[in-house]
Amino acid sequence: MAENKTSLGKELTKGIVKENPTLVMLLGMCPTLAVTTQAKNGIGMGLATTFVLLGSNIVVSLLRKVIPDKVRIPAFIVIIASFVTLIGFLLEGFLPDLYDSLGIYLTLITVNCIIFGRAEMFASKNGIVASACDAIGMGIGFTLALFLMGSVREMIGAGQWLGMSIPVLHSNPMLLFIMPAGGFFTLGMIIAAVNKLSNKKPPQELGCKGCPNADSCSKNGGECK
Amino acid sequence: MKSMFVILLSAMLTDNFVLSKFMGICPFLGVSKKLDSASGMGLAVTFVMICATLVTYPIHHGILVPNDLEYFDTVVFILVIALFVQLVETMLKKCVPSLYKSLGVYLPLITTNCAVLGVTVLNIDNAYSFGDSIINALGGGLGFMLALVIFSGVRRKLEYADIPETFKGVPATLIAASIVSVSFMGFSGLFN
Repeated sequence: MAENKTSLGKELTKGIVKENPTLVMLLGMCPTLAVTTQAKNGIGMGLATTFVLLGSNIVVSLLRKVIPDKVRIPAFIVIIASFVTLIGFLLEGFLPDLYDSLGIYLTLITVNCIIFGRAEMFASKNGIVASACDAIGMGIGFTLALFLMGSVREMIGAGQWLGMSIPVLHSNPMLLFIMPAGGFFTLGMIIAAVNKLSNKKPPQELGCKGCPNADSCSKNGGECK
Repeated sequence: MKSMFVILLSAMLTDNFVLSKFMGICPFLGVSKKLDSASGMGLAVTFVMICATLVTYPIHHGILVPNDLEYFDTVVFILVIALFVQLVETMLKKCVPSLYKSLGVYLPLITTNCAVLGVTVLNIDNAYSFGDSIINALGGGLGFMLALVIFSGVRRKLEYADIPETFKGVPATLIAASIVSVSFMGFSGLFN
């Protein structure tokens, strides 16, 4: 029992630092770059993704013995898209401001590789409790990464942070940082910093492990291995 | 006619899917190492974008809207795209093997490309007409290809560059992408 508990704890915490989906495994780049012009949007996107991740991981784990292997990709996609529709309704009803600022990227949670990757790699092989812990851990890791990105970009690019103004930067904001180019730059810098701090060899390639098509494309001799 | 031209150019240049909307970052960073794979992927995405628009637009306006089911957009669109990519792959394999050889590898990668779902949703959100939607998809696909091809050139230079150890690999690629994105910002004043 004690061993069981530690392993659940491990599932929960691995996503936050060791296997952080965005900064270490390099999954889900599109929302990471697109919505992080403000720290607030980063948190909102992170939590919305966590909700979808939790829901889809639980349902996939519940149905893992029912879904035939051959149609698992469409089945997972339908499950994920349903939760995305659900969170869309919830946000539109209760947090219309956030709904407007996330815009199309809320719909695009459907094709976020993190969610698909976790369904494929973890939830379809593990029990419900472990899958839920995995989803929460990964979700928190994703949210923290987005919050970090959003904070850096908002502080330097707009001179404020969560509504507070930053003394020197407020009068001289570097607009470039809230523009698309700044997103690429900030993410590159943060990943480099993570590599430096963790003393790890920097990743040469994007994380194809989470890509739902990794199997089929490595079979075809594609770029993903 | 003029408005169509504006839609085409803005989808290609000012609102480039990769460099200003951040859709399709994974293939942009993953498949841009060589020029031929970059152009192959670009062509495949353009093709699927146009076909996906051809299929999803009638479904939205013909089936979902009359029955008040617009909220099923996401579920229906992603399923249609997934099925469609499979169909195209099978058809190409059977009928045009030479084309399959050059594009087939990239087709499975496209199912979960956010740019394809993005273009179909944007067509609906912007209330484009059928013709405008197809032009938007064409522009989006060509813009995607343009970004990929330009970036494959940048990456070739990057391979021989002397980069500090910490930045090697993905960080350097992202910073290079940022510079390419700055160059695309030059187009932003093109239309009012």
